[in-house]
Amino acid sequence: MFSWFYIEGILILVGVNLMVVLGLSLLTGFTGLFSFGHAGFMAIGAYVSAICTLHYHMPFLVAMVLGALVAMIMSFIIGYFTLGLKGDYFCIATLGFGESVRLIFDNLDFFGGARGLSSIPMVTTFEMVLVICFLAVVAMVLLIHSRHGRNMIAIREEELASQAIGINVFRYKMISFAISAAYAAIGGAMYAHYLGYLQPLMFQLTKSTELTIMVIFGGLGSIGGSVIGAFFLTFIPELFRAFASWRLVFYGAAVILVMITRPQGLMGGMELTDVARWAKRKLSGGKGKKGKKNEPPVLQEEGETA
Amino acid sequence: MKDVLKLDHVTKRFGGLTAVGDVSFTIKEGEIFGLIGPNGAGKTTIFNLITAVYSLTEGTITFGDQVIAEADPYGSGIIEGAKRRLFWHPMKPFQIAEAGITRTFQNIRLFKKLSVYENVLTACHRSADYGLGVSFLPRNIPFTKVVLPWAKKITSQEEQLREKAEELLKMMGLWDYREMAAANLPYGLQRKLEIARALALDPKLLLLDEPAAGMNPEETLALLDLIKEIRDKFHLTVLIIEHHMDLIMNLCDRIYVLNFGKFLAEGVPSEIQNNKDVVEAYLGKEEE
Repeated sequence: MFSWFYIEGILILVGVNLMVVLGLSLLTGFTGLFSFGHAGFMAIGAYVSAICTLHYHMPFLVAMVLGALVAMIMSFIIGYFTLGLKGDYFCIATLGFGESVRLIFDNLDFFGGARGLSSIPMVTTFEMVLVICFLAVVAMVLLIHSRHGRNMIAIREEELASQAIGINVFRYKMISFAISAAYAAIGGAMYAHYLGYLQPLMFQLTKSTELTIMVIFGGLGSIGGSVIGAFFLTFIPELFRAFASWRLVFYGAAVILVMITRPQGLMGGMELTDVARWAKRKLSGGKGKKGKKNEPPVLQEEGETA
Repeated sequence: MKDVLKLDHVTKRFGGLTAVGDVSFTIKEGEIFGLIGPNGAGKTTIFNLITAVYSLTEGTITFGDQVIAEADPYGSGIIEGAKRRLFWHPMKPFQIAEAGITRTFQNIRLFKKLSVYENVLTACHRSADYGLGVSFLPRNIPFTKVVLPWAKKITSQEEQLREKAEELLKMMGLWDYREMAAANLPYGLQRKLEIARALALDPKLLLLDEPAAGMNPEETLALLDLIKEIRDKFHLTVLIIEHHMDLIMNLCDRIYVLNFGKFLAEGVPSEIQNNKDVVEAYLGKEEE
């Protein structure tokens, strides 16, 4: 049952989900905007790239980039009108966007309509997914640690104060939204060229929620958490495939368990480097070094500070 | 001396309530200007008007030679509304900050979950100018600094930001707390961190909204020296709202008193201290 072919297939799906989750992580975990429409961007990436390779015989990578570009343009249009909205309203707007994208693909014959689009060249390989995901993670980590990434985190923490230190909040929200859309579209393109077949039903609201659950499961504000979240929540349903539809109960139970025991997600606000530091401290705990690095300084000097 | 900030007949109405009514004052370069008044007098509203969080109902605000806020010139109705949407571009809060006015908040607004260091480092962002595109590219692998043109730019600029953040934190006496989450700082230090964050943008005018709230008398005294020190060091002009009268009277060059959103008195501290209207507004009328 667990042949390499099977595992490889699941790993490719992990990679696809990871791409989308990374983008969503930037938007939700680092900029503080919730989206329930990323399946829509995924669909745009999937369909646009599929049409490019199928009808216009473009190379896969070019088609993928085109898909990402179209998704970015869409995100600019959607973002321009909705990113001025506060909190929950933006979330509802993305929900509407995701569903309308699906319905558009459902009703346009050019994209195969409800019957779907078949005989897409199956060019996505495991190695390719591995390389793209690796580059995507590295690029995202680098972005988070640049001044632009810090500005996005500031917006998540306190919007008014971000304005007061000269951060163009609207612009950075827009950038974050566009990047996350591009990531989702790349994930969608790889998905289309792995399955060789597309159908609007694949990009329903449940897909969007599944992706958001992965981000929250892994922990908001953590790239490492997103990787872990995408990995586990793609794998668990597959591992329990023998239990047929009961597997989704396990999925639900796993999510609930994590939310009860660690509401901030598996890695909320931490990165793998923090975990490594923590583990190191635990191991050398007996030598009296415990917690020295992160402990707050003694507070008695408070009066004389000036 | 040059005028730094000029409020000209500034009025702000919320529906029928006049929060600020016909307020005019001018702050000169290098001055520490106090804004006082009983609770609800409209002091913080004035801060919000200067930093464009609220729009003006009437009047203009000038910063240096630049008009930074003026009343909405368009009326009501669809056509006027469309014109406003298309042609009216009032400055936004972040542009005010870029122009050189930064502020602290009465109800502290730090980036709570971030460390003290990250709070200031984030605010230093205007001192670097590398673009978004290069932010995705590798820069810290050995040798990249020599080979890749962007890597050198980013690393050297980031290094400058870090130095600047370090300098600011040391000056504010927060360096020992740099690893702590901002929310876990003692109250008084949170206020100082807000000042440090505001200074990170190299402002010309600093707005302090009750910086001494929650501080004991000793700390308040230390704060007084600190504000004077940063004024001299950064060549700042300071506009300060405060309720601690010791602080205000010893710190300010001039004071403006508001009561129910309206002008009550203006002058040097000794004049304000002996002004009958001010005493009355704060303590009530003396019985005959």
